Amino acid sequence: MAVRPAEIAIPARPRARGGAGTAIWRFVRKKPLGAAGGALMLVMLLTAVFADVLQTHDPIATDAAYTLGAPSVEHWLGTDHLGRDIYSRIVHGARVSLVVGVASTLLGSVLGGIIGLLSGYVGGKTDLVTQRILDILQGLPLLVLALVMSAALGPALHNVVIAISIPIIPRAARVIRSSVLSIREMQYVEAARSLGISHLRIAFRHILPNTIGPFIVLCTAQLGSAILVEATLSYLGLGVPEPYPSWGRMLSVSAAEYAQKAPHLVLFPGVAISLAVFASNLLGDALRDTLDPRLRGT
Amino acid sequence: MKTYVVQRLVIALLTLLGMSVVIFTLLRLAPGDIVDILFSTAGYVSPSEKQAIMKELGIDRPYWVQYLDWLHQIVTGDLGKSYRYDQPAWEIIRPLVPVTLELAALSILFAVVIGVPTGVVSAVRQDTALDYLLRVFSLAGLAMPSFWLGMVIILGLVTWFAWIPPLTYVPVGENFKLHAVQFLLPALAVGYRSSALIMRITRSSLLEVMREDYIRTAWAKGQRGRIVIWRHALKNAMLPVVTVIGIEFAFLIGGLVVTETVFNLPGVARFLVQAILWRDYPVVQNLVMFIAIVVILSNLAVDMLYGVLDPRVRYGR
Repeated sequence: MAVRPAEIAIPARPRARGGAGTAIWRFVRKKPLGAAGGALMLVMLLTAVFADVLQTHDPIATDAAYTLGAPSVEHWLGTDHLGRDIYSRIVHGARVSLVVGVASTLLGSVLGGIIGLLSGYVGGKTDLVTQRILDILQGLPLLVLALVMSAALGPALHNVVIAISIPIIPRAARVIRSSVLSIREMQYVEAARSLGISHLRIAFRHILPNTIGPFIVLCTAQLGSAILVEATLSYLGLGVPEPYPSWGRMLSVSAAEYAQKAPHLVLFPGVAISLAVFASNLLGDALRDTLDPRLRGT
Repeated sequence: MKTYVVQRLVIALLTLLGMSVVIFTLLRLAPGDIVDILFSTAGYVSPSEKQAIMKELGIDRPYWVQYLDWLHQIVTGDLGKSYRYDQPAWEIIRPLVPVTLELAALSILFAVVIGVPTGVVSAVRQDTALDYLLRVFSLAGLAMPSFWLGMVIILGLVTWFAWIPPLTYVPVGENFKLHAVQFLLPALAVGYRSSALIMRITRSSLLEVMREDYIRTAWAKGQRGRIVIWRHALKNAMLPVVTVIGIEFAFLIGGLVVTETVFNLPGVARFLVQAILWRDYPVVQNLVMFIAIVVILSNLAVDMLYGVLDPRVRYGR
């Protein structure tokens, strides 16, 4: 076949009309629920960052004279059994939830992503063995694995992050691997290979950037469950240790004990957890529809 | 079919073996051991005494000996002795199993009863207000921690009906009504969460099937909507739903960990948490292994069900 000069006009990349502002506006119009989730996440982020400004009391200061107080002008959401201000604790709890949630999601997704990338790119026996090992990790319920891990590692903030991130690894590896499998067969990868570019460089420079869509979707989807697992671990006393105010810990046994006398002890932290997870799920769903059309509706 | 089943069983066994290594290793990462915990309240324990106790419990031996010993125990069905209770582990676990199984079965029942119909309605009325409402309802189920939902349910009952659920476990034989209520509430809390996943997968799978040609044919024949959806479409849309139900059943055990704690039900899951806190290695090891086996078996069962549900799926050649 004779090689003809390329006559095919390469279509100019359709320019995105407007800047980031327009893109966001379009997202808001097309995905109102997702945008609402994004807005809530933003509020949570701002709360976490400005917790020291937003607090009305010291979140760990006890007040023996004012225990189990109902919501009032002084204490907006009431006080707990040690007289600590619930509003201020929830505000600071956003920090703990977000830090643990984001850190463990990123750690698990990045580690899992790299495993998935290499396993999918190398293929063959390596892939097979890796998949079986991931099967083993994924076979255990997320919470059970995190429970055993956090008990084994001991109560500390970074241990909780590790304990939650380990169960995320196999899930992340699966997602990235499957998208690598299809990208690997694309012509531009073949072209890169024929130019003699090293495998490692192809994997990280040419394939990895194209998995960013599924990666973002994966992260937002996992963030919700990471926040939920953190809350559950803390509730059971295996999560974030004192004195950090954690939403899960606020619901723990002591809250259940006083629930009848002071229902706000149980209500508000739970609402905070639910809203955070709800928001990240909404955002995750919308992002998945936008960034990864193949998965639409699943 | 036969070769396929054998193949799957071999893979399942290998996976379980891998899990046993993971579980064993994880538990050995723990700082401190049972002796420290048992005697942390007793004050000073002389090193020689500690040595003697460790020898008696068999935790002074090298890890690989302990591991092989454990494997041998699992294979022979002798699950070792609980460090804390000085009782065979199996004897402690056995009475807890029915409680958890009953709760899990009820939860999955709730999940299916809520999840499948809402999923169907949501798919049929795609992009209407009802669809949005149902989707938000299911997303809310995913967002609320089931233990918190349990607490709120209890709180609601106490506040509005001045009724306090039984604080201790009531066996079926003793008082059926109380027993039922005691199980239905936590099952509802856990089932709601699982129903969200089932609803979402039912919806998307049904939407996909409804675009198929044979469904258009059924409509064109003038068949009634209800028949087209429930008999023609749903039948083929059920495959992924069954997968999710199978996976959920195994993963419910994770959700039960806290729910059993909140509702004070003496099940396997609640006991697991206590055993973890006491570092009662034999009990934790065996419980987690037990959960792993349940997960693997239910995955296997789901795969076998495929052939029954969908004649297109044939095993082996």
